[in-house]
Order: sequence, then C-alpha cells, then structure tokens
Amino acid sequence: MNPFDYARATDIDGAVTAVAARPGAAFLAGGTNLVDHLKLGVASPEALIDIRRLPLDEVTELPDGGVRVGATVTNSELAAHPLIRERFPALSQALLSGASGQLRNLATTGGNLLQRTRCVYFQDVTTPCSKREPGSGCSALDGYTRYHAILGASEHCVAVHPSDMAVAMLAYDAVVVTTGRNGERRIPLAEFHRLPGDEPSRDTVLEHGELITAVELPARWSADIGAGQERLRSTYRKVRDRASYAFALVSVAAVVELAAEDSGAADAAPRIADCRIVLGGVAHRPWRAERAEDVLRGAPAAEDAFRRAAEAELAAARPLRDNAFKIPMARSTLVAVLRELTAGPHDQEPAR
Amino acid sequence: MKIPITLEVDGEPRELSVDTRTTVLDALRERLGVTSPKKGCDHGQCGACTVLLDGSRVNSCLLLAVAADGCAITTAAGLGAGAALHPMQQAFIEHDGFQCGYCTPGQICSAVGMLAEAAAGHPSHVTASASAFESDGEDGEDGEDGEVLLTDDEIRERMSGNICRCGAYVNIRAAISQAAAHAAGADRSAVPHPHSRPAEEGAS
Repeated sequence: MNPFDYARATDIDGAVTAVAARPGAAFLAGGTNLVDHLKLGVASPEALIDIRRLPLDEVTELPDGGVRVGATVTNSELAAHPLIRERFPALSQALLSGASGQLRNLATTGGNLLQRTRCVYFQDVTTPCSKREPGSGCSALDGYTRYHAILGASEHCVAVHPSDMAVAMLAYDAVVVTTGRNGERRIPLAEFHRLPGDEPSRDTVLEHGELITAVELPARWSADIGAGQERLRSTYRKVRDRASYAFALVSVAAVVELAAEDSGAADAAPRIADCRIVLGGVAHRPWRAERAEDVLRGAPAAEDAFRRAAEAELAAARPLRDNAFKIPMARSTLVAVLRELTAGPHDQEPAR
Repeated sequence: MKIPITLEVDGEPRELSVDTRTTVLDALRERLGVTSPKKGCDHGQCGACTVLLDGSRVNSCLLLAVAADGCAITTAAGLGAGAALHPMQQAFIEHDGFQCGYCTPGQICSAVGMLAEAAAGHPSHVTASASAFESDGEDGEDGEDGEVLLTDDEIRERMSGNICRCGAYVNIRAAISQAAAHAAGADRSAVPHPHSRPAEEGAS
C-alpha cells in the first residue's frame, strides 16, 4: 500500500476544498470498498479526507413528504429506519440484501453509490483493465464473464455496477445532492452513474472534489402519501449464487401504481397507471427499464403485459460468453416481481 | 505519515502512534498485542476480524486505525466480566460451536452485535421478505418497535458475514440460539447491550 496523508474534515466546505485542491486526494467515509482498494493497489490516493464524522448522518422528512438521507447514514441505519420501511420499503429490502451485517454497519449512503465494480479483472492489478488504467484494454472480453453486463456495455468495459441500494433508489426517482467547488448541485440519480462508452474509468458524473451530502427520495413514490396509497406498491428482488452475502446476478426494483378500480368490471385485472422498473446486475449502472415501463403504463396488470414488458426491455440485451443465462433470468424475475406487486389482497399466491 | 491516536480497547484507553495505512486489526494485533480478533481474508469477506466499534459489529480489517481515533473497541476477549464468560461465549462452549477456533472470536463478536441489532428491531433480508410492501409495521414480530424473533433462518441470514472453514455452522447456530433465548429471558441484564446508538435516531 502506498503511503498517504490523512486528515479528518470538520466541515463540508473544508472537505471539498481539501480534496479539490489536490488531484491525488480522495474522500474517505465507511471505507469498506476504498480501504480494500488501497490494499489491492486498485486505488493509491496521496491523501484521504475523512468525512465520516461530518454531521450528515440524519434521515429527515421533507416538507412535501419525501425523505432526505444524509450521506454518512450507514446502510444498516437506513434499512432499519421507520421512514424508509414504511414509505420506501424496496430500499430497505435492497439494503438488507447487500453485503453482511458488519459491512452494512460501516458502509454509508454516499459510499454505496460510489462503490466500484467487483469485476475480477478490475480488482486484479496484474491484468489489463481500462476502468482501472485507461487505454489498457478489457480483460473480461475474452475472459470469465458470468457476472458481467448484458445491457449498455462497450468494447472498452463490460463491468456491472454492484449496488443493490442504488437500484431501489433509482426506482423511487432519487436525487443526489452534492457540494463542489461551485456550490451545491442536485443530480437525478438516473443521470448520476455513467455507461462505460469509451471512458470506463469514470463511473459517475461527479467532478473531482465534489462531495455527496445527501440523497433525496421524492414524495411521488412514497407509500405513505396521497389518496389510494394501497394502489402504490414497491419491492426489490435479488437473484444470486448464494442465499446471502453475494452480489446480484440479476435484481429488479419495481414501483407500481394501479389505476383506481372500474366499478363496471369487477373481474377484470386492474390497470397499471404508472410504474418504475430498474434492473440491477446487468449493466454499468442501475438500468432503468423504460421500454418495459412504456409497455406497462396503461396496460392491464396481467401475465401477457408482464411478458411483453420484459421482452421489450431485453430485446437489446447482448450476452457475453458466460452470461446468456442473465437474459431469461432477468425476464423471469421481472415477471415474478410484477405478478407479486399486482396481486390483489386476497389473490391466491401463484404456484410458481 | 504517522498520527497519534487513542483507542479504548476492551475498556482500557490505549495511546499509540500509527502509520496512516494501519488498520484497526493490525493496530490491535501487531501494536497492542490484542490477538483475539483474527486475520483471515483481510478483505472484509470472512468476518474473522469482527470487533464491536462503539457497540456496533464491524470488520476491523477494513477500518483504518486513524479513522477510529477516540472510539471504543470491544474484542471477544473483552466481552466477559473478569474471569466470567459472556453468555455467548458460554453458549459456544456448551454447543461446541467451533472446530479449529480461528473464526470463533469474530463469530462471537458478530453474534453479540447481531443480538443487539435484533433487540433494536432491525429487520433482515428474511424479515423483509415477509413484510414486503404490505407491512403495516404493527404486527409485532418485525415492527420497528418490536424485537425480531430470532428464528434459525434469521440467525443464518444475520450471521452470513462470518465464514467458518471447518463448517461448524450447525453448532454455531445452536449456540447463538441459546444465547438469544438467554438474552430474551428474564435475566436480560446479563447480556450487555452494546448498540450505543438508538435505532430510531434522526428527526422523523
């Protein structure tokens, strides 16, 4: 591990100034990913500015009923918080499906968004990787690709984003709040993570020295706000190689708002008024499934529409040597999630 | 770069000067002679290095010592009161919850931290799947105010960050189950409540 300077930030502006002024400086929060990268040689900053003890550790209700999550709120605190469990349950589920109890106690909200891919070639400094070392090439293209992308990849990088939390947050239209040299910025999470393109070394749109201070969850998708909240449902489902403590092969976060019932057709399936569908484990960023959403919006909440939605989204999928299984897995998982979310309160549990 | 820090280790303040690259695990083992936490993978994957940081279980191999300056660290060796074993330690002995013993201090610290999390009403992946979108938070078993019922499934899920290469999981699970029942029993005060932060902090 290369030597580095360490300083504990006492305020946000000081932290931003300290990192922005020094190209080799980086923020440190929980450290569960960064300290590992220091050991692996994936990262070798000259200086770490520790923001862990800045007063960014609160979960607060916004005036409109949304929720603001401070950047240093830990994954375990966030998953257990009543406001999250009641209003944004898929976020709690996503957090609890990630990492281990020990890691969730250290890992922070901001750090979770900034964690880097677990692509084995990225983490192995003896192999070429354009994300780690721009221009060196992608070892995964001819390598082991079971865990890699099926959507949105490029010839320069086929890695996937590892976060569960970000997948659920994107389904709730979260907004990332940052402070940089030019002041505060609000970045929709949908625009926060990048696709690799020809610059896979950049995971996000953040500039050097720009600090995440909070993530806001708007009231629009809160399960607790507005009339007919029983029609707004959300969940997170993760498929992985082990039952616990493993990254997603495929995951789905979905928010579905059912239309108010027609009094005339008691037996007909309710219609889907609006929805957000996000896939995890399939792309360089949490993958907003807008094609699927387009099929579902206004459609009856029935098997046929679920299948057409999944097919529409996955038509663009391009599998690599070892991950073609992810296409039917994503399709089945999405259909299963939609079936679960649109089942009536007294419906029989489907046999599958 | 060296920085002077203070760590409260098993109740005792310890002052030392550390290279910024030193982890809490290495500071404990190599500098302070506290060898109860073990180095397994050194990458946060095995849980052998688990300690309680201000009451909360963490991987000490991923925590820089400079970042833990001023914090209280409890290792498995510091859980008991003097010569008296902590109920979790006693349960591991009674259920033979180990073979080689290398993962055991981490398992025990993790289990103690886990019981505190459950007592504070923290849900888990398996609790969450039961409550899903229709949870009303009032059904006692997993409501935010209530304690979690630590079924075998709950214990397995919550302890998944601790690997046992000998595969003593069946007995580890039984030991934790006994300690959980002990903690839930009348003699609650026998088990320290290491979770220093209230579960529902923050304005809400």
